[in-house]
Amino acid sequence: MRYSYYPGCSYHGSAKEYDTSTRIVCKSLGIELVEVSDWSCCGATAGHSTDDLLAAALSGRNLGLAEETGLDVTASCAACYQRLAHGRHELTRDPLLREKVNKITGRPFTGKIKVKTILDVLLDLGVDAISEKVVKPLSGIKAAAYYGCLMVRPAAVQADDPENPVKIDRVLQSVGAQTVDWDFKTECCGASLAVSNEDVVVRLTYNIIKSAVEAGANCLVTACPLCHFNLDIRQGKINSTLGTDFNLPVFYFTQLVGLALGIEGGSLNLNSHFVDTSSLLKAI
Amino acid sequence: MSSYNLTESLRQNGEFKALVGKLSGQPLSQCYQCGKCTAGCPVSFAMDVAPNKVLRMAQAGLKNEVLRCQSIWICASCSTCTARCPEGVDVARVMEVLRIMAGKEGIPAPGRGKDVSIFNSAFLRSVRRNGRMFEAGTMAAFNIKSLHLLREATTGMHMFIKGKLRLLPERIKNKKEIDSIFTAAVKERGGEL
Ligand code: SF4
Ligand code: SF4
Repeated sequence: MRYSYYPGCSYHGSAKEYDTSTRIVCKSLGIELVEVSDWSCCGATAGHSTDDLLAAALSGRNLGLAEETGLDVTASCAACYQRLAHGRHELTRDPLLREKVNKITGRPFTGKIKVKTILDVLLDLGVDAISEKVVKPLSGIKAAAYYGCLMVRPAAVQADDPENPVKIDRVLQSVGAQTVDWDFKTECCGASLAVSNEDVVVRLTYNIIKSAVEAGANCLVTACPLCHFNLDIRQGKINSTLGTDFNLPVFYFTQLVGLALGIEGGSLNLNSHFVDTSSLLKAI
Repeated sequence: MSSYNLTESLRQNGEFKALVGKLSGQPLSQCYQCGKCTAGCPVSFAMDVAPNKVLRMAQAGLKNEVLRCQSIWICASCSTCTARCPEGVDVARVMEVLRIMAGKEGIPAPGRGKDVSIFNSAFLRSVRRNGRMFEAGTMAAFNIKSLHLLREATTGMHMFIKGKLRLLPERIKNKKEIDSIFTAAVKERGGEL
C-alpha cells in the first residue's frame, strides 16, 4: 500500500517522535509513505480562526501537491488531518471556491484523492495483518486511548464515532495491549489555548488524566501532537498548580505499535517524553 | 435626551443575523435555546457569554455585543457543541464566523481573548515568513507581543533537553506560493489578516 504523507510543522520539533515512529511502523508493515514534496503549514486553528479563504488555500496547496503523487494522503498529526480533510470537504462541495483556490495556489486540486488518518491507514491493513507481525505483545500495557477532538469532529471529517471512538483501542488490542473503558476519550484538551490561557488547559488536562488514572490505566495513548504536548509536557505544570502527583506516561499509538513490532526504542524516540516511560516499558 | 430609532435598529439587527447566517451557512433561527451546546462545552467555565447565549445574541442581531465577547475567542473549536446540537446547528462554525468578523472589523479581542488573538497572529506571521510554522519563533513573537516574557520557558527548556526544540526555521522551496495565498486573502478581505 502506498500513500502520500503530510508530516506537519511539529514533525522536526515538539512531535518528532510521532513522525519518526509513524514512518518506521509503516515501513515495517509494508506501507510506503511518500512525503508530499514542499508541503506547507496547514494553517491550523490560527488559519481557520482568521480567514476562510486563507484556510481553504493553505489546505488547497497541500492537497494539490499531494494529488500530484496520485496517492491518497495521510497525516499523522490529527490537527493537520482535520485541516486537510476539511479543506477537501469544502473544495469538493463548492466548485467555485475550488476554482478560486486552485488559481491562487497554482497547485490544482480536483478532489481525486482522499484524506485519511494514519490510524485508518493501519486499520485498512486489517488487525490480523498487524497482529501477525507482533514479536513482543504489549501485555503489561493498560491504556486509556485518548482521541481528543480533531479526528472525530465535526461530521464532515470524522474518522471515528464522535462520542465513543474505538480505532486506537482496536489497534492497541491488535498488538496485545489492554485498553480501559473511560469517560474522557473525546473531551477536549484545550489545544493551542495552552499558550494563551494555560489555566484553562491545566483544568481540562487534569480532568482527562484523573479519569484515565481512575479507570485503572497505566498510560495514555494519543494520535495528536497537541494532545500529547498538553498531557505530557504539561503534566508537571498540572502537578505544581493543583498539587497532584500524576506520573502517567503518554504515548503516541505508533510508538507502542512499533515496540510490539520489535522496533528498537531509540528509533521510536521513547525517551523524549516529559513523563518517564522507562519503568512502564520494563514491565511489558 | 437622545432619540432612538427603533425601526433602524431592528433593520440593522436583522441584517447582522442574515450575514452571520450566510457566512456560517447555519440556520440560526433553528436554535431553540435548549442549552445542550453549553452543557457539553469544555471551556464554558472560562467564557463570559455561554455558547447558547452567543447563538441567541446572533439570532437577535446584537452585533456590537456579540463581536465584543471573550467567548468567541476562547472557544477551542472542539466542535462538541456541533456534534450534540439537536437542531443540527454547527455552533463551532458560528463561533468561528463571529471571530473572523470581529477580526475583520478590527475589534480588539477582550479579556481572555486578547492572548488568543496575539497567538493566532504570531502563528500566521511565522507561516507567512517561512511557509511552515516555526515553533520557537512563534513562541518568542507571542511572548514579546503579549508581554509574557517567560511564558513557556520551562516547556521550552524541556524541549531543548529532549532535542525537540528546533532553533532555526525551515523554509519551503516555493515560498512564492505562500506569498500569493496571503496576498489573495488580504486582498479579498480588504485589510490585513
Ligand atoms: S444545542 Fe443547538 S439548539 Fe440547543 S441551544 Fe445550542 S445551538 Fe441552540
Ligand atoms: S467548539 Fe467552542 S463553543 Fe463549541 S463546545 Fe467547543 S469550545 Fe465550546
